Amino acid sequence: MLDVAIRKPDGSSAIDWQHVGLRTAPPLPVAPALHTILPDGLRRGSTVSVAGSMSLLLALLGAASADGAWCALVGFPRISAEAAREYGVDLARLALVPEPGEGWTTAVGALLDAVDIVAARPPRSRGGLAPGDIRRLAARARSKDAVLVPYVIESAGWPGADVRLQARDGVWSGIGDGTGRLRARRVDVTAGGRGQAARTRSASLWLPADGGGVQPATSLAPVIDLAG
Amino acid sequence: MNTDPPSADQARRISIFCADWPVTTARIEAGLSDDAPIAVVTANHVVACSHAARAQGVRRGLRRREAQGRCPDLAILVRDESAEARTFEPVVAALEAIAPGVEITRPGLAAIGVRGPTRYFGGETGVLHALSRGVRGIPALGGADLLIGIADGSFAAEQAARRGVIVDPGGSPDFLNDLPIETLDPSGASPLIDLLRRLGIRTLGGFAALPARDVLARFGPTGTWAHRQAGGRDDRPLSARRPPVEFAVTLDLEPPVDRVDTITFSARGIAEEFVTDLAAHGLACTCLELQALSENGEETVRRWRHAGVLSTVDVLDRVRWQLEGWLSGAHRPTGGITRVRLVPIEAVPTGAHQGALWGGSGDEDERAARALARVQTLLGHGSVLAPVLDGGRDPGQRTRLVPWGDEPLPLRSPEQPWPGQLPAPAPSVLLDPPRPAQLLDSGRRPVRVTERGAMPGTPALFAMGGDTPVAVTSWAGPWPVDERWWSPEAARRVVRCQIVDVRGRAYLVTGTMPTDDQPPRWQVDAVYD
Repeated sequence: MLDVAIRKPDGSSAIDWQHVGLRTAPPLPVAPALHTILPDGLRRGSTVSVAGSMSLLLALLGAASADGAWCALVGFPRISAEAAREYGVDLARLALVPEPGEGWTTAVGALLDAVDIVAARPPRSRGGLAPGDIRRLAARARSKDAVLVPYVIESAGWPGADVRLQARDGVWSGIGDGTGRLRARRVDVTAGGRGQAARTRSASLWLPADGGGVQPATSLAPVIDLAG
Repeated sequence: MNTDPPSADQARRISIFCADWPVTTARIEAGLSDDAPIAVVTANHVVACSHAARAQGVRRGLRRREAQGRCPDLAILVRDESAEARTFEPVVAALEAIAPGVEITRPGLAAIGVRGPTRYFGGETGVLHALSRGVRGIPALGGADLLIGIADGSFAAEQAARRGVIVDPGGSPDFLNDLPIETLDPSGASPLIDLLRRLGIRTLGGFAALPARDVLARFGPTGTWAHRQAGGRDDRPLSARRPPVEFAVTLDLEPPVDRVDTITFSARGIAEEFVTDLAAHGLACTCLELQALSENGEETVRRWRHAGVLSTVDVLDRVRWQLEGWLSGAHRPTGGITRVRLVPIEAVPTGAHQGALWGGSGDEDERAARALARVQTLLGHGSVLAPVLDGGRDPGQRTRLVPWGDEPLPLRSPEQPWPGQLPAPAPSVLLDPPRPAQLLDSGRRPVRVTERGAMPGTPALFAMGGDTPVAVTSWAGPWPVDERWWSPEAARRVVRCQIVDVRGRAYLVTGTMPTDDQPPRWQVDAVYD
């Protein structure tokens, strides 16, 4: 009679089962290179905002998608399927809603019902979203065990995000002055947020790495001049 | 179990089959003549072709390019299922004028029981006369091939109609005996048929001769159903009882609705309830009756038969087809629709056909597909897209977006080498259409491209659109692309460059090679974001 035992004397339930279930849902995996900034993967029910780089967003989806999660991208212009695949995204489980228009909130809400990761770029035309909509979408993600990934411009941000990922402009390598080609970009990514993510973490990543995908950028040992 | 089999003439059916129905409707919509070679394609594959096209070697399942190769003057038309349902409506009405209780398998194939009308018209010949008179008067059918057949059991009747023959009462098993095993699933996609063929069973008779118990043990409920069809016993289900009426579900629409997609969307819930209710009792529906009522009291009632077991999606397809036909036909209702009701007419025990108890991975896929379909209903067709990796040299060509629900097939094979394509990493954001750009040399003049694809100047400043140009830190190229020079419309002579500006952003830009002294034009095709 577990049901009886957890009731308080006044009859109300002592444990919110909905939330017990949420905490035990296993997180979605992330690429090994992102472990330094997201050590626990993508916690289901959380909101992870991404700013600064489309590649970072695709890299975030990659491992989860390859593991069987469904992903949807709402409000993005044309994303390259090739780049998405280089980051490990399974195109058979990826859906795009490029122009939701006025139905942005409805579309994101409906997708959160059944799609594991919903990445969404807030509309710019109406001067952003109402705070109520933002709260409602976060609550929907929490109750449906989905991950909401708003893609924001750095200044605006997404109030109430559990984790905020920010990529700074990187340095390209492999390209010279009329020679070579774009091979890899070294980007510094910082993660902040609230709760467990309150401590700011940062990592240096190859995003994209040579040949596509994401790799940790190990800092090279300093060059010491031994000639003497 | 009720062992009392229905009498032979109860199961006897008259079936009407319109050959190449997708072709006929597409041809009527396109206004082509009936002897033109036509192929109807879905997702780049031929799903149906006209007689003239077949005579030249076009077959179902061919790729579009291959079909065009076999028959150069082939007209390629795109399949339109709602038009198929709409155009079939007069045929159903003609059948209904003869006897109630028309069972439609899909647009292009319908059947009625023979018993009632035989008495009224005085023999089967009388029914056939009445039917051909009724069908002849349909103007929309101009030139369509219409075949009629009579046999015991709906599967045998369908096969009889495809061949235009009348099978004697009790002769169905003999009639089916020598037909090839592929008859069970003409699309050839069924793994069961493939397996049977490899086991050396090549005719329906051979399959029907196997003991039913062994077929159930080896092939499960789907195999059993196919086995019954092959033996001409498909109209006497194991438990020959009508499912109780409480499995019927009703949807009330308030206010009345007159749009097919809105009703289909609202009907999703009851369709699901309908299928799961039956499944919970170990039953699956093989024939359902769909009733719709308008606010002014008009009604449409149709029976839909399905060769296999109806799923939620199948039920919704039938709702769409029937309402499409009703709302655009000659007897269209004067008001919106207020009620939709699904009544199971025939159900078979399913055995193992039930969703997994704890919801496996397949369940999750179905949930996601449903959510996407819902968003598509909310925002309209073409709002939800699936990305496909396509073949091509440009990053823009290598990503193709197809509407959700269409088969995501590439137009060109992405596996082929495509010499001249850019090596990985691919740019993450494509610009469609490309944005104009300014690429200036140190003297703030546009960078020129020569006839042979060389760049005499060095890019120093870059801007997308009308922005203020910023310094270029590094660049690579030019890589000339001279594509499709054999075709004047599709020919393209450009050079590609990769540009990194002072803010660290990288772009893929293309510049047109000069023709007739035009100034060079630069555009941004993609961004390495």
